[in-house]
Amino acid sequence: MLETANLTMVNWARAQFALTAMYHWLFVPLTLGLSFLVAFFETWYVKTGNEDWKRLTKFWMTLFGINFAIGVATGIILEFEFGTNWSNYSWMVGDIFGAPLAIEGIFAFFLEASFFAVMFFGWDRVSAKMHLFSTWMVAIGSNLSAVWILVANGWMQHPVGMHFNPDMARFEMQSFAEIVFSPVAVSKFTHTTSSAFLLASLFVIAVSAWFLLKGRHLEMAKKSILAASVFGLLSSGLVAFTGDEAAFTNAHDQPMKLAAFEGLYKGQKNAGLVAMGVINPDKKPGDSAAPFLFEVRLPGLLSLLANRQTGSFVPGIDDLVYGNAPENIVGVTQKMERGRQAIHQLQMYQQAKKAGDASAAATALAAFTPEQDFLGYGYLLTPEEAVPPVGLTFYSFHVMVILGTILPLVCLLFLIFTYNDTIREKKWLLWAGIFSLFLAHVAHQAGWIVAEVGRQPWAIQGLLPVTVARSNLTTGTVQTTFFLFLALFTTLLLAEIRIMLGQIKRGPEEA
Amino acid sequence: MIGNLDTTTLQNLWWFICSALGALFIFLTFVQGGQTMLFTLASTAEEKSLLVNSLGRKWELTFTTLVVFGGAMFAAFPLFYATSFGGAYWVWVSILFTFIVQAVSYEYRSKPGNLLGTGTYDLFLFINGSVGILLIGAAVGTFFSGSNFSLNAMNQVTWQHPLRGLEAAFSLFNLSLGLFLVFHARTMGALYLANNIDHKVLHRRANNAVLINFAISLPFLLFVLVRLVTMQGFGVDPVSGTVALTDGKYLANLLSLPVIPAFLLVGLILVIGGVVVNGLQGKKNGIWLAGLGTVLVGLAIFFTAGYNNTSFYPSKIDLASSLTIRNASSSHYTLTVMSYVALAVPFVVAYIFYFWRLMDMKKISMAELSGEQAKELY
Ligand code: HDD
Ligand code: HEM
Ligand code: HEM
Repeated sequence: MLETANLTMVNWARAQFALTAMYHWLFVPLTLGLSFLVAFFETWYVKTGNEDWKRLTKFWMTLFGINFAIGVATGIILEFEFGTNWSNYSWMVGDIFGAPLAIEGIFAFFLEASFFAVMFFGWDRVSAKMHLFSTWMVAIGSNLSAVWILVANGWMQHPVGMHFNPDMARFEMQSFAEIVFSPVAVSKFTHTTSSAFLLASLFVIAVSAWFLLKGRHLEMAKKSILAASVFGLLSSGLVAFTGDEAAFTNAHDQPMKLAAFEGLYKGQKNAGLVAMGVINPDKKPGDSAAPFLFEVRLPGLLSLLANRQTGSFVPGIDDLVYGNAPENIVGVTQKMERGRQAIHQLQMYQQAKKAGDASAAATALAAFTPEQDFLGYGYLLTPEEAVPPVGLTFYSFHVMVILGTILPLVCLLFLIFTYNDTIREKKWLLWAGIFSLFLAHVAHQAGWIVAEVGRQPWAIQGLLPVTVARSNLTTGTVQTTFFLFLALFTTLLLAEIRIMLGQIKRGPEEA
Repeated sequence: MIGNLDTTTLQNLWWFICSALGALFIFLTFVQGGQTMLFTLASTAEEKSLLVNSLGRKWELTFTTLVVFGGAMFAAFPLFYATSFGGAYWVWVSILFTFIVQAVSYEYRSKPGNLLGTGTYDLFLFINGSVGILLIGAAVGTFFSGSNFSLNAMNQVTWQHPLRGLEAAFSLFNLSLGLFLVFHARTMGALYLANNIDHKVLHRRANNAVLINFAISLPFLLFVLVRLVTMQGFGVDPVSGTVALTDGKYLANLLSLPVIPAFLLVGLILVIGGVVVNGLQGKKNGIWLAGLGTVLVGLAIFFTAGYNNTSFYPSKIDLASSLTIRNASSSHYTLTVMSYVALAVPFVVAYIFYFWRLMDMKKISMAELSGEQAKELY
């Protein structure tokens, strides 16, 4: 089926996808959160009729618009990149994966597109109520698009609601409801949107802190900080809660990912959670080297996180790769055997069907069916290939979690001191507020690295390795587009940042 | 009700939906057409600003329709999505490039500190309207003229031409279709601007542009239509599924259902009507006639490509690999689910239309450039 898997090409295709996705993700969280903050401000304006709130709304709306445009620009390429970079993926699972993408367009993108124009240019064309409605629609539309794309991504992490059709040699949808309400999709959506709200809150805090440092727009800055720090605090509670939920679902659906982001090689009962550590770069699966050069462990907490039960067993990388009979874990080695059988029987089935030999076809199908769940494993060359890059996932996860405890503190301090009205004296905090926007971006990118790199080598967890998912392209082609996108997106990003800074410098209109 | 439809009906239904999205997209390319006229229609910076802001309120709809067209094709005809995007790589990547740069241009062009300067963003808009639309036309042309791919037993695509899709632009038929779409978009753009902007001089110039661009587009359209009815088409044997080159295939398709020639004819008349209303009578409402006409012609063209046992994405070099709405489609279950989803489409169209009207009740005029909102304009 797969001629020679060209690994270099596959890695460039991954790099290109990651590049475009990570650029998209620089802008999307701000869109998701700021749209709601703008809608809150405008609601306040419509309720009180106070023109201050209208000016505030307009100021944040302008920044929203600048960010939105580049979010759209980076999004369109992703929509088609499944086809260009992962065409075999698109065929093998398009029956399932295409649906959420289409639904996202129909339900979410059209909402955004129609109401965006009203929101920006409708102030003197529609009534105040209608305008407010449009602003809310943009916020809801943005977050609806998050629902559907995360349903799609959740399905890649934990494929449910489908079966393999041997006649078409593809996966087909069996239950739409199972796909949409998959616990992985739900935890992805809640964690992603809540962390996006946190980022947007920190954006508002950072910009307002700058105004306070400059001694400009004091009243508006304080109003904004109050609203944003409350929103940020509430969101960060949700972030922690849903993050814990995400790790819990990982433990069940993607135990290899969990083992990788915890650097856990040997499974343990009553496993400890690594608070921070340095991975031993020479450690390989199956050897006896120590996994960490240095680590700080919180005893028992990993078992609690993974299974909600102290003392429970958490499998490590070695258990998952080589199997662990006492704990009933089937290793990759065995799954690969069964996967090869599946591939072989599928080929026999197709040949027999082509030759019109019904009984041979039936025999092959009967032999294929019990092995079909392991099909994807048949394409792995070594069992160790099933292990994602441990260092990258480990550090990304820990950076994210550490930031997950620091960022709410920033919100809390801003809330307290703004409430006391002593915030202007706390210069260090104002600077910390500005810096924390950068940290929130780091946490977001790190989160996606955990999610996506931790899924390797699978495009669809357990079903389809990236080497099979690829398109038939030359390395040079993919490299060329990689650098084209890098140059283009970097230029546009720089333009965006400069325009943003220009608008912030100008500040909101004063009464 | 939808739950009981058979696979063939669902496939036909989804080809209809995708055709409708494609046809609407062609109508909405008036935005792209307008973008190519920024340099010629406007003679002062203010006039240009009017044009940009008029188009800037609609560009997202066109853009989103393209995205949704892609999504709908993915969901309903995944083998097409996989084959075409993964195969004709360069033509699609080039098209997408022109849309990426379009998406930032409105928002950034006149903002201070925009790095590249207003001229560059206006150039981006021009490229999107010209190169982008030309390549889309060339890509749609391959629905009839065929492409250079083959599929293996597992439906993996191999493209047999080093230009990976860009070669489509070098066929006379595809190129003519592309050029037709470019000049048609310009005609529509001028019609839209004449309707949307309250400015006497611009109105007169736009109406002139309607006539000129329509006149230029006409020969390309005629060439495409004549070639279409005379060329060999990729017919499919409904029983065996084998694909063969068939004489007069597309003529037969055009006549296979009465609605197809009716749409084509009525559509052409409406487009001409729209051109006459603006170009000759100097009025403003031609866009609605011509818009409806465009959608009808678009539907007729897409119907011709897909219905009546035809391969809508044929392979010139390996007939057996050609895609039809039968062999490229999703499963019965998925098509059914998606059909329930599609029930929402009329509501979506309704609110888009409602807010469009609401926003356009007050036309864009010079007064706006100095009004309260001036700073927020593009
Ligand atoms: C401000 C951003 C931010 C912050 C502070 C956190 N996260 Fe997060 N995290 C994300 C932003 C993020 C994200 C970018 O939104 C991800 C990437 C994919 C996803 O679903 O959300 C993510 C993914 C992600 C995953 C992987 C999910 C998967 O692979 O399916 C886990 C296990 C966690 N997070 C857990 C946590 C925990 C325990 C946190 C500590 C309180 C935490 N996150 C804080
Ligand atoms: C927007 C934030 C996202 C970021 C930052 C991100 C990041 C990444 C990274 C770093 C990789 C490469 C992993 C590796 O090979 O080492 C990757 C691959 C991939 N991601 Fe994501 N991703 C994001 C969202 C998504 C979403 C929402 C989807 C699906 C709906 C998705 C689908 C894929 C696919 C198909 C690949 C290629 C196959 C693979 O390498 O597994 N990504 N992404
Ligand atoms: C790899 C998967 C993804 C694809 C294919 C994709 C596709 C797109 C496309 C095509 C657009 C432009 C829409 C338009 O026409 O207006 C867009 C914008 C957007 N996307 Fe994505 N997207 C992906 C990942 C995500 C994720 C993970 C989220 C949220 C959780 C998200 C949220 C948004 C939002 C809110 C917008 C509005 C524009 C903006 O943010 O500035 N997208 N996306």
